[in-house]
Amino acid sequence: MKIVKEAIAGTLESSDVLVKVAPSDGTLEVVVTSEVEHQFGAQIRAVVDETLIRLGISEGIVLVEDKGALDCTLRARVQTAVLRGGAVKTLDWSAL
Amino acid sequence: MTTSTKLRRSMLFLPGSNAAMLSTAFVFKPDSIMFDLEDAVSLREKDSARLLVFHALKLRNYRDMETVVRINPLSTPFGLLDLEAAVRAGVDVVRLPKTDTAEDVHALEREVERIERECGRDVGSTKLMAAIESASGVINAVAIATASPRLIGIALAGFDYVMDMQTERGDGTELFYARCAVLHAARYAKIDAFDVVFSDVNDDEGFLKEVELIKRLGFNGKSLINPRQIEQLHNAFAPTQEEVDYSRRVVAAAELGERQGLGVVSLNGKMIDAPVIQHARVVLQRAQASGVRR
Amino acid sequence: MSNNVQTRLAGFALPAKVEVFAGVAAHAPYLSSREGKHERKISKSLEDAIRACGLKDGMTISFHHAFREGDTTINSVVAKLAEMGFRDLTLAPSSLLSCNSPLIAHIKSGVIRRIYTSGMRGKLAEAISNGLMDNPINIHSHGGRVHLMDCGELAIDVSFLGVATSDSFGNANAVTGKSRCGSLGYAMVDAARANKVILLAEQIVPYPNAPASIRQDQVDFVVKVDQIGDPAKISVGAARITSNPRELLIARLAADVMEHAGYFEEGFSMQTGTGGSATATARFLEKKMLQKGIKAGFALGGVTGSIVDLHKKGLIGRILDTQSFDAVAADSLANSPQHWEISTNYYANLTSKGASVDQVDMVILSALEIDLDFNVNVITGSDGVMRGASGGHSDTAAGVALPIVVGPLIRSRIPTVVEKCTTVVTPGETIGVLVTDHGVAVNPNRPDVAERLQAAGLPVVTIQDLYAAATELVGKPRPIEFLDKVVGVVRYRDGSVIDLVRQVKG
Repeated sequence: MKIVKEAIAGTLESSDVLVKVAPSDGTLEVVVTSEVEHQFGAQIRAVVDETLIRLGISEGIVLVEDKGALDCTLRARVQTAVLRGGAVKTLDWSAL
Repeated sequence: MTTSTKLRRSMLFLPGSNAAMLSTAFVFKPDSIMFDLEDAVSLREKDSARLLVFHALKLRNYRDMETVVRINPLSTPFGLLDLEAAVRAGVDVVRLPKTDTAEDVHALEREVERIERECGRDVGSTKLMAAIESASGVINAVAIATASPRLIGIALAGFDYVMDMQTERGDGTELFYARCAVLHAARYAKIDAFDVVFSDVNDDEGFLKEVELIKRLGFNGKSLINPRQIEQLHNAFAPTQEEVDYSRRVVAAAELGERQGLGVVSLNGKMIDAPVIQHARVVLQRAQASGVRR
Repeated sequence: MSNNVQTRLAGFALPAKVEVFAGVAAHAPYLSSREGKHERKISKSLEDAIRACGLKDGMTISFHHAFREGDTTINSVVAKLAEMGFRDLTLAPSSLLSCNSPLIAHIKSGVIRRIYTSGMRGKLAEAISNGLMDNPINIHSHGGRVHLMDCGELAIDVSFLGVATSDSFGNANAVTGKSRCGSLGYAMVDAARANKVILLAEQIVPYPNAPASIRQDQVDFVVKVDQIGDPAKISVGAARITSNPRELLIARLAADVMEHAGYFEEGFSMQTGTGGSATATARFLEKKMLQKGIKAGFALGGVTGSIVDLHKKGLIGRILDTQSFDAVAADSLANSPQHWEISTNYYANLTSKGASVDQVDMVILSALEIDLDFNVNVITGSDGVMRGASGGHSDTAAGVALPIVVGPLIRSRIPTVVEKCTTVVTPGETIGVLVTDHGVAVNPNRPDVAERLQAAGLPVVTIQDLYAAATELVGKPRPIEFLDKVVGVVRYRDGSVIDLVRQVKG
């Protein structure tokens, strides 16, 4: 599955995360920047990767700007951005 | 006579689109917490809020309390997806806004059952709450309140109702009939009754006055939009020490009567019947939950 | 024949080192003229005063920080010293804040070689945490600073003290005039101990100026300046009453703890810090004081408007003020006979003959981190960079009967309760209770307090429970990585070293 159009979800408020997705040239590129990069950077990346895998995303550019969001918020915002990016047509709840 | 064993004095409204609030609101410990996907969320953010709430509902901190999700009406493009998310995430109660007829409840019920079967959730485990927000809803309150065994309560929603009535929020006169109607319907159906939101968070005196009124009328609880109101409400609902002492004596007399096999219980020469004993139990339950009124 | 001294002393052998009377002005030339007598301390310029004090490279200079983020004195004096070519100085202000970032340039150029301070913030703190200085800075508490001076380690050669008003002799205060920061508690200590004292005064007023927080018999020179600081910036973020529901929740719980821990009796004493929860706690406590008819004998601090408010309502008898955190506090100090200014020696010095902290029943403290042993970190953030101050934390925790730390369990994704503090400033054995939005943890060494709070129905949990709750929500943070180089030495209030701050990696 790939991202077909640019989309954004989330905000830059404290405890939230801004996720931007865009189509790519065929690869999957994920860039994560975080206010708590050192303490939780690896965990955040893991949650983002897992969320994309479960949605079956293999192509696209995903930019994550984290402001200390909990894992549940990260998942929700990544999923929303991907859905807005037109990648997934029918929502499979078990993939969320 | 059945009584709700679950205290529902305070129902805290949270906008489903606010990630920071969803991440922290469990610390306020209201009796019920309501994630709003309807009026508090802009059209552009309906999808985003839905997923935020879907995932937040799975936090252990929220599973430890009663959760409610206010979905959009099923007639909107959002309502059904909201329902899927809420039921699948394990919400305790779904709140249907703008309930005008019993059929609105039946329609909701059908969808809820379908989703429960599809996702393997115990059929019947998702409870419902109907919000009355119009003249029609008030008139149909009894039919609505008895429309489904899943209903745990009906709520009056002030803002939309007064608009439908072509008046505005004021000292409560504008809600007089609606409050009574909703209350009677709830009692008839043996479910809880909830009062409207008090939106001026800086008017403590006004809030407490309204709470005193609806408590006297017999409402089980009230919708709140600011965590500050929780403690104030719980304290207003808390019995006084005298009420607690009296209730203890009533319950003791009832238990004594039962042990002695007496049909009629009396205290200080006065007969006490079942409703009095039941009320005493509720008083003690409230005292247990938040102590004695300060 | 005139009556001359030679004649009068004829035949008497004077003891060694004792001189013959040589005229009224022999040892005080300024006494020869009226202008000399009155104006001798007034320096035409800061530069003149500096030269007259004999400041040399390598010496130690000091300042107070009562204007906090609004201070202009420290930056302007150091800039002048740089201009004059001084080098290798030891800087010993009572504390530093983010407004002091201009000091970075002076550290780089060698004007400042060493620093003693209670804390630091902003770019300066970041730079030092990243290894800017060759010598580690010394971090001390407010009381501990005085001890370091008294034991000789911190010998102030010249102290530069910003004051709102001074007379020509150096009687000075900050409760009259334009830029009123209120209490000069920090400055009083330097005025008494520094070798030379230069006052930078916004206003020179007729003699004698009152009150004399700093006295004429402590001062060498007075320099007129345009501005010593901006009082509006003292309480940036510090003293406003919060409307944040989470802070209010914590504040209410903290007030409940104060009510039930066993110290809430007529005449009790208290201290609250700054920060949303601390000031709101005073409001909730007020209700309880009215309900139970209990008045506080005195409050100590770090004084904010919320304490003054209780004082004005007759609920707090006296206020002992070592720093005024807002204009309300500064005004009250000026006008209320029962609101007194005290030096930090009187406030918190362990080795003074009497520190007020020892007399207090309960104090509300903050924390960046608190660990499973109740040790508290108030200096380094979760990223290892300095962004706080030791302040009065360890002083009050040691002296006060019941120290209560308050704070949210989690700030954004950063947990407050950790396994081990990044930096220990206050040892855990001194902390009595931790109040968070997830519950109250009582130090196992206070079983009596735990019992009382539990009996009162408060949500008492263990600190391990709080740690587990935090971990469940945010996960386990990766420990900060440090290099070997030590950038800060944390001194406990008795001068001993309690921890080190190392340079952050990367």
